[in-house]
Parts: sequence; structure tokens; C-alpha cells
Amino acid sequence: MRVNILAFGIAKDIFGGSTIDVELTNDATISNLKYLLEHRYPKLQKLATYMIAVNNEYALDGDTVHERDEIAIIPPVSGG
Amino acid sequence: MNTDIQISAVTLDVQQCIDWVMSPECGGIDVFIGTVRNATQGKPVLRLEFEAYEKMALSEFNKIAQLAFEKWPVQKIAIHHRVGVLQVGEIPVVIAVAAAHRDAAFEACRYIIDTLKQTVPIWKKEIFEDGEVWVAAHP
Repeated sequence: MRVNILAFGIAKDIFGGSTIDVELTNDATISNLKYLLEHRYPKLQKLATYMIAVNNEYALDGDTVHERDEIAIIPPVSGG
Repeated sequence: MNTDIQISAVTLDVQQCIDWVMSPECGGIDVFIGTVRNATQGKPVLRLEFEAYEKMALSEFNKIAQLAFEKWPVQKIAIHHRVGVLQVGEIPVVIAVAAAHRDAAFEACRYIIDTLKQTVPIWKKEIFEDGEVWVAAHP
């Protein structure tokens, strides 16, 4: 399945845009997605940390990704 | 409604936050105002740029406010956060908390600002004379 990933902050600079598309297997987990992203964008590994959000909630590594999910990469936040 | 949560691209109005949380049963209001500092570790900052994942940020703000209501006897909470370009001295965030007694207002307000800095998907970039940096991105 093809999923769209929203990017913010430094992730937008790393991806070179505010969204990217990735191809995942149907039962892919957050962990699989992170592996793929880090392979394609090695600079992600240099971040202090980053999270993946699914449908506006922080996701865990073992969570499964579904085709119509709204997925976002959340680099270290710095609001306030 | 006991919360007023907003993400705004225009100048924040501190008085509006205070007026909104003011209520007859409250004996005090604690207000935190974040302001853009002119330097980071001695290096002059020209301006800041804030960006939000707005839908999720509103949801996370709401979670923090609800937790504050669970932890302390507070009546009303206003959280306003700016996005866009901010000059030195401008206000990125205002938090106002009204409670019957001051201890709850102080503690809840402190909890809200500390937690939002850890969980709410908003990012700031510092612009220096010789470059720019996304704050906290790298170890």
C-alpha cells in the first residue's frame, strides 16, 4: 500500500518537502516505517529523537499502519 | 466550556486570555507569557519562526488541559499559541489559569507550560545572523 507522510520542522528540510509517499506492505508497523524512512533519509538518525503520529496521536513502534491513516513524522518539539 | 485553546497566526492578546478565564468563583488567575528572547547562549537571535501540526497540536493542548483539571481544582484554562514569524519581544504563548485558590492556579499553569514543551507538535526555528537552527532537533 502507498501511504502519505506529513513532515514538519526539520523533517520537512530532510524530506525536501512537506509530504512524501512511501510504499509499505499491508501489515506494516511503525517500526517498519521508521526503518524504511531512515534508510531513505539517513539524516533522521542524527535527530535527538523523532516520533510517528497516526491520526493525530503518537504511535508506538508495534502499531500497525493502515492505508487511509493520516501519518506524520514528529521531530523533537520546541513550542512555547 | 472551561477551556479556550487557540493556535493563531496573529498577535496574541494577553488581556483577552485573562478576561476569558476570569470568573466570580475564582480568587486568582495565574498567567504565563512566553516572549521571544534576543539571544541563545550568547548568540544574537534575529527572530523565531513557529510551525504547528495544527490539528494534533490542538488535540494535545486539550489533553494537557484536561489532565490539569484532573490534578488541580482549577476552573478555567486559556492556552493561546502563535505560529509564523515572531520578532524579539513578541509573544509565542499565553497560558491563563483561574482557580478558587492560588496554589492550584500556579501549579496547573506551570504544569501546562512544562508539558506543552514536551508533547505538543509545534516547532521553532531560531534565525541568527549567520544561519538558522530548528530548536532541540539535534542532541
